Amino acid sequence: MNMMSEAAVEKALEQKMSDVSHKMIGKDVSVYYGEKRALFDVNLNVRENTVTALIGPSGCGKSTFLRCLNRMNDTIENCRVTGKITLDTDDIYDKEIDVVELRARVGMVFQKPNPFPKSIYENIAYGPRIHGLARNKADMDQVVEASLQRAGLWSEVKDRLHESGTGLSGGQQQRLCIARAVAVSPEVILMDEPCSALDPIATAKVEELIHELRANYTIVIVTHSMQQAARVSQRTAMFHLGQLVEENDTDKMFTNPDDQRTQDYIMGRFG
Amino acid sequence: MASTHILSAYDEELKYLTRRISEMGGLAEQMCADAVRALVNSDTALAQKVISDDVILDHAEREIQDKAIVTIAKRQPMAADLREIVGTLRIAADLERVGDLGKNTAKRVIAVQGTGVPRKLARGIEHLSELALVQLKEVLDVFSNRSVQKAEAIRQRDEEIDAMYTSLFRELLTYMMEDPRNITTCTHLLFCAKNIERIGDHATNIAETIYYMATGAQPEGERPKDDTSNTVGAVLTNE
Repeated sequence: MNMMSEAAVEKALEQKMSDVSHKMIGKDVSVYYGEKRALFDVNLNVRENTVTALIGPSGCGKSTFLRCLNRMNDTIENCRVTGKITLDTDDIYDKEIDVVELRARVGMVFQKPNPFPKSIYENIAYGPRIHGLARNKADMDQVVEASLQRAGLWSEVKDRLHESGTGLSGGQQQRLCIARAVAVSPEVILMDEPCSALDPIATAKVEELIHELRANYTIVIVTHSMQQAARVSQRTAMFHLGQLVEENDTDKMFTNPDDQRTQDYIMGRFG
Repeated sequence: MASTHILSAYDEELKYLTRRISEMGGLAEQMCADAVRALVNSDTALAQKVISDDVILDHAEREIQDKAIVTIAKRQPMAADLREIVGTLRIAADLERVGDLGKNTAKRVIAVQGTGVPRKLARGIEHLSELALVQLKEVLDVFSNRSVQKAEAIRQRDEEIDAMYTSLFRELLTYMMEDPRNITTCTHLLFCAKNIERIGDHATNIAETIYYMATGAQPEGERPKDDTSNTVGAVLTNE
């Protein structure tokens, strides 16, 4: 039998690593809020079907970067984004891009659960309806059920679909928001501290959900909990003072990071 | 360490573990030196002290284990801190074993005191134990200063102890062949020699653990070995 030499194995592995497909590519991304520069030439690629965690101290630019990925920064006055971000091959800051359509492809879940003050059913149906994703009532019923199933909420709400979404518990509301994001069949889901307002049990459910969603979606999550980043992600990017300090495999990041600033941050040290 | 934790109590907990390991190391080293001294001088009182010291060492290991578990649960350590605590647990286990080996050697003092230990063999055992104790002492120094190069150097040196052990093994076999009345004493001495050789192995383990704690990577390559005692019998029957 022809055994592969160690060098050959290593080369094959390297090859495999470079074969990783990038769902989104950020090149020299800088963000200015008026005169203030919040991000400095960030180059970060988001791998397909991977959970990428963005970590770093408050004000480091991680949320700013996240919001660049579906042009949420457009809604902030005085905010200017330079550099290039592509989704597959599309430049998302191209003039031709329809922002509403972009946000259907790159969905978002926020820190605080923010269901619409409507029924559970309507919370889910709203997106597919405006994007014309369901032809009739039966179609829509199916989308609603499938989305709630995906978000692990179906069994808990199936008998009260027409009750208000705001009547659910915090954890359920957040999963409802995830179901709502999933309903328009996005390719990427952005999560901005999705568990910071949840108790540990609800957090565990959302984390379990993130783990399952990874099979079908590309996920980018901003979190202040290092343990959460370590639990849910495969790749981790560390931001500090508007710069990307280090991006690495999560396992490496939390056992033996390359950068001293990462090391100090995750270990709760100061220099 | 260059920086300190935001939570000062966390620093205290890590320092406590480090201090306890150093204490365990000092005691284990003392026990092994005493055991060999008791053996060559047929000093049963000293042997008895080694046996009772082992209780203290065992207790220290359990205490380190408990503290480490609590620290992990409470602080959820990451990166170098996590490696530090896991390394501490492994080193405590190695040191506890070193103590057991010292104790086992001490127990044999009583068995060989009737005949005494022939001068030449005693010299061999002493020499072997000097090598092993130097390894142990140096590895404990490396634990304090975390020199990766020194940890690597200690790992490379285990070879010497192995070679010395193999030659002692041959010597003991020769004695037994010369006069079957030597068999009882020589068999005990063989176990003592093996115990001491094992202390060298534990020192090497500790060096590897320190290397990992400092770098986050396992030391590269096989550790060098020169323990060929497992083939000594085969050679003799051919002669």
